[in-house]
Amino acid sequence: MIRRILPHPVLSLVVALVWLLLVNRFAWGSLVFALILGLVVPAATAPYWPHRARIGSPAKIVAYVAIVIWDIVKANIAVARIVLFLPKRDLRPCWLPVPLDLTSPEAITVLAGTITLTPGTVSCDLSEDGRALLVHCLHAPDPASVLDEIKTRYEARLKEIFR
Amino acid sequence: MSALGEIVIAVLLVIGGGFGLVGGWGLVRLPDPMTRLHAPTKAATLGVGAVLVASMATMWFRFGILSWHEFLIALFLFLTAPVTGLFIAKAHMHLSWKREELPPPAPGADWATYGDSAAESPMVAALEEPRRSE
Repeated sequence: MIRRILPHPVLSLVVALVWLLLVNRFAWGSLVFALILGLVVPAATAPYWPHRARIGSPAKIVAYVAIVIWDIVKANIAVARIVLFLPKRDLRPCWLPVPLDLTSPEAITVLAGTITLTPGTVSCDLSEDGRALLVHCLHAPDPASVLDEIKTRYEARLKEIFR
Repeated sequence: MSALGEIVIAVLLVIGGGFGLVGGWGLVRLPDPMTRLHAPTKAATLGVGAVLVASMATMWFRFGILSWHEFLIALFLFLTAPVTGLFIAKAHMHLSWKREELPPPAPGADWATYGDSAAESPMVAALEEPRRSE
């Protein structure tokens, strides 16, 4: 019964929260409308989301987001230096296949998005069996270290979040 | 507005503009489409981020309002930037790369862009399974 009314509780919460942020100033009327949206939107789109992703502790998600934002800042500066100062002939772009331990589609999507957002790497494709990501590196004199960073820094944490 | 507020906002705007400029310059300077793809997808994240923080600071110092719209802009940007990057990369792979030129995901396996057996993926199978059992 609860499942039918609230197929995706987290999605409901996010939809309601996004509506409140869009309104940009608190009013009881908007809270009511946010709750209505939070009930209607997940119920109406439930056929497209047959599975509920299992998500771990919120503290881990906050920690993950903080790490990613910090890495974006750090790596943006690194990419800016490559663009501005590195001579073109010293640039070492490469393709890097990343074997995945993650299996849930949601976790792989988050990992691919993280790889693209952190500067210097873009995720370009998924293997047919869903067990590897194709990543393009802007400047990787040592591709093994990039692979190691993706595996230990992001994938290990995502494995704990999506169980 | 206090002098401190003005300095903070000005510094943030200069940082945002600077990274935007570097992203644009990267488009001009980097040698091929795959490396060019890196410059704008990145500059967007930090450059736009700095401008958004400047916008929040302006609302706060000038009008005393805590504005939340900027969080939403950042959220939607973080959701859409990887998708556009992926689409451009895949289109480029279709047009200019052959499967032999790319490292294979595993011996005998293939990337989704070039293969035709996506239906055999365990991810698709996992999605199909409960529907079958119902």
